[in-house]
Amino acid sequence: MAIGSENLFKEEATEEKGERARMASFIGAIAIADLVKTTLGPKGMDKILQSTGRGNSVTVTNDGATILKSLHIDNPAARVLVDISKVQDDEVGDGTTSVVVLAGELLREAEKLIAKNIHPMTIIDGYRMAAECARAALEKRARDNKADPVKFREDLLNIAMTTLSSKILAQDKLHFANLAVDAVLRLKGSGNLEAIQIIKKAGGSLKDSFLDEGFILDKKIGIGQPKRVENAKILVANTAMDTDKIKIYGARVRVDSMAKIGEIEAAEKSKMRQKVEKIIGHGINCFVNRQLIYNFPEELFADAGILAIEHADFDGIERLALVTGGEIASTFDNPESVRLGHCKLIEEIMIGEDKLIHFSGVDLGQACTIILRGASSHVLDEAERSLHDALCVLQQTVGDSRVVLGGGWPEVLMARHVDELARKTPGKKSLAIESYATALRAIPTIIADNSGLDSAELVAQLRAEHAKEDSTAGIDVILGAVGNVEKLGIFESFKVKQAVLLSATEAAEMILRVDDIIKCAPRQREDRM
Amino acid sequence: MALAFDEFGRPFIIIREQEQKARVRGIEAQKANIMAAKAVARILRTSLGPKGMDKMLQSPDGDVTISNDGATILEQMDVDNQIGKLMVELSRSQDYEIGDGTTGVVVTAGALLEQAELLLDRGIHPIRIAEGYEMASKIAVEHLSNIATKFEFSSTNIEPLVQTCMTTLSSKIVSRCKRKLAEIAVKAVLAVADLERRDVNLDLIKVEGKVGGKLEDTELIEGIIVDKDMSHPQMPKRIENAKIAILTCPFEPPKPKTKHKVDIDTVEKFESLREQERKYFDEMVQLCKDAGATLVICQWGFDDEANHLLMNRGLPAVRWVGGVELELIAIATGGRIVPRFQELTPDKLGNAGLVREKSFGTTKDRMLYIEQCSNSRAVTIFIRGGNKMIIEETKRSIHDALCVARNLIRNNAIVYGGGSAEISMSLVVDAAADKIPGVEQYAMRAFAEALDAVPMALAENSGLQPIDTLTAVKAQQVKEKNPHLGIDCNNVGTNDMKEQNVFETLIGKQQQILLATQVVKMILKIDDVITPSSY
Repeated sequence: MAIGSENLFKEEATEEKGERARMASFIGAIAIADLVKTTLGPKGMDKILQSTGRGNSVTVTNDGATILKSLHIDNPAARVLVDISKVQDDEVGDGTTSVVVLAGELLREAEKLIAKNIHPMTIIDGYRMAAECARAALEKRARDNKADPVKFREDLLNIAMTTLSSKILAQDKLHFANLAVDAVLRLKGSGNLEAIQIIKKAGGSLKDSFLDEGFILDKKIGIGQPKRVENAKILVANTAMDTDKIKIYGARVRVDSMAKIGEIEAAEKSKMRQKVEKIIGHGINCFVNRQLIYNFPEELFADAGILAIEHADFDGIERLALVTGGEIASTFDNPESVRLGHCKLIEEIMIGEDKLIHFSGVDLGQACTIILRGASSHVLDEAERSLHDALCVLQQTVGDSRVVLGGGWPEVLMARHVDELARKTPGKKSLAIESYATALRAIPTIIADNSGLDSAELVAQLRAEHAKEDSTAGIDVILGAVGNVEKLGIFESFKVKQAVLLSATEAAEMILRVDDIIKCAPRQREDRM
Repeated sequence: MALAFDEFGRPFIIIREQEQKARVRGIEAQKANIMAAKAVARILRTSLGPKGMDKMLQSPDGDVTISNDGATILEQMDVDNQIGKLMVELSRSQDYEIGDGTTGVVVTAGALLEQAELLLDRGIHPIRIAEGYEMASKIAVEHLSNIATKFEFSSTNIEPLVQTCMTTLSSKIVSRCKRKLAEIAVKAVLAVADLERRDVNLDLIKVEGKVGGKLEDTELIEGIIVDKDMSHPQMPKRIENAKIAILTCPFEPPKPKTKHKVDIDTVEKFESLREQERKYFDEMVQLCKDAGATLVICQWGFDDEANHLLMNRGLPAVRWVGGVELELIAIATGGRIVPRFQELTPDKLGNAGLVREKSFGTTKDRMLYIEQCSNSRAVTIFIRGGNKMIIEETKRSIHDALCVARNLIRNNAIVYGGGSAEISMSLVVDAAADKIPGVEQYAMRAFAEALDAVPMALAENSGLQPIDTLTAVKAQQVKEKNPHLGIDCNNVGTNDMKEQNVFETLIGKQQQILLATQVVKMILKIDDVITPSSY
């Protein structure tokens, strides 16, 4: 045996088999789960991440996906977990920590079962049944208030508050929840988060953050141009306003006298002048370009009394086109067919020290801008991430309006149903199903632990409460007791919870199925350091 | 050893720099080779069957793959040993030819070599073993066609096909929704199949994956998905009854291939060149418009100005579409790929009932669906799943299922799975061995023994007592003369694979036996291994 496997792989490649492989992947996955565990819940702690890159920049965060993204991980099983948290972030935007913690707990339970000599496939079978049962139980108790706009808004507000309460914004969660809900409701179900712009400006306090109905562009108005335009007609363009190059391949200028240079220069100038005239011919009083505007055309615009904004980046013009209803133009020969954007008022405003351009009264009421203020750039970054989470969750909830209670309620509820299933199931699978319930109950336990409460006592009480039908009991971390989460207004989106449940089960299953880990020899790299 | 002496008694060297080469000869070489091959087979052994386990593979760059597919595992394993590489090749050729049974073939080859080792210890010459194996494999393959049953299906009755694909999928991680995936695979294959010629071109089935959502959201799209979006953010996101112009020329000023310079030395030239340039764009867009296109799909990029002109004339466009996709779109919509604007005519346009852009999740991921095409013979399977690894594994599983369905359309003979065919073959070969005089008899018996390895591994992976189960089933097969009895991996309660609906294709199985025997013969014939020692 030794002879055969000794030189089967390249040097430095390793293989781990059977129990050892399983141990390695369990340990890796559980370690990752334990790492993010303490950030769970409203009293979860933050992590400081220091990058190894230049400047050793520091990030302070509570967001599971952000933490995991920044880690350099060697353990392959741990990578699976990092991956699911990333997907959770992309797909629903929140619950990134929960999904990793749940998967970790599922594996922790599986480890115990394997120690009892239960085959991993049996465990997987049990987990699958349990996951389906848990999902069904949750779905049954989800409520849908879409028909009633007032209640629906209340639901959204509650969800936003629940999401934000674990983040840095918890202090002003009502304020920010309102901001987020207003912003998402303005989208009118289109679910296009691009229309919501978040601008970060250091200075002031988080409370000074506000929602602006309209659009704010972080750019300057050209010199000598009007600072305030009413009833603006806007042309959004993506065109070169420096020297307009000739694009025909191989063209170059070759002259034999200084005089000719002068002529060509004049021709170039006249070309630009014509272009500007054409643009002015659209009957506009505001011109926004993605590329630079040189001094000469800028002067021409100023002469015509047109407000010209240069170098608005891609996102900027796309959003501007979206909100003002104009189209992004690159040729200007047919002024009649180009749709112009409109807004009631363009003016320069001051936020903190900076001047920004504010478009208000835009055609399309969907867009809005959230201006975040905060003491330092770290606070602002974290605030943006938190707000992003909240916005994503709200957007998902607008799409699928079912909501469930929060604060450990869903986990205990699901655990109860899964427990019942275990009692009815014959065979070894029932052990796995029972373990699934235990893993689910670990989540409220962690929330309680992170809040410095007596978790064992609380979860036991919670279980007792849930033995009754239609209980609404959950953990009230503020009072440190079992409370009625419905009254406390702790809600979560059904879609997020469901995604957490299914992804975590899938990831646990994938790691469980592995019985052999083969690591190829790492690619040789030249040492540049 | 590699020294010879000339007539004057001076030594000379046959293999140069022999001190730098490692060399193994004779029985030693055979033993070492068998060891290596067995090591590979042992890795795959636990992946066999519906309860088989997965392997986690970390590539040199640190990416992780989790798979149950024999060919994939071996491919990613980065084997260094020469014989190990042979086994990898073996699995790959099964994958290319049949597309399924890649694990089984390696396990069978491993078992054959294991048996051969015992015979070598008894002093039987490797060539005799190889010959015996050859004879045995012939008998086995013949027997397979005897016990094979034709199985009928038609484009309306797809149930039998679905059942077969389900057998293939049941060993993969996607077994949770095998029914759904099997149906998708069968429908996809039937959509592109040419039932008269009994041929299926799998290239017409595109398998596309996107992270997110559930595995259950996987769908079959009768059309093409392109992972691109409209070139201009304000172009319409939904086009009905689209007429599609498929272009392989960029919306840019032409770049003649001959080297040239255009010199500008007067203002007039400057002006005229400018005019020319403006006209180019205008003309390009106008030509598309004139041909009656309502959607332009282009392999290359657009100039900003061209982009705006397209938008301005109400002509939605997609840029940077890959060559393969372009071909598929052309096939699906019945259009022609046009390399020059001038050649664009109305009859070269493709037709699609609906083209729409769909966005996913919270990030700005968008994809373009081209559906209800005039020629529905190109389809896309769109896979959703919790993470990248699941998607990749699902892609591989779907590929296996597609191959199985294709093989059935090519040849609708099947044998029953669950190790039943192997047990039946083993019995027949064992019986035939007694009639053969000579040393080959031993080799044939060894072959029969080796065939038991697959059902044995199946039983072991399912947590059953391997020897007990196998002997019981074998005895039952002999008693009832029923070749459909196999290992009950899923604890259904019956051994009859006909009742459990576990099939495999006849060609797949035959190929497995033939390929495994071939490789084993090749390995047995090697008696000298020379490797340059590492420096």
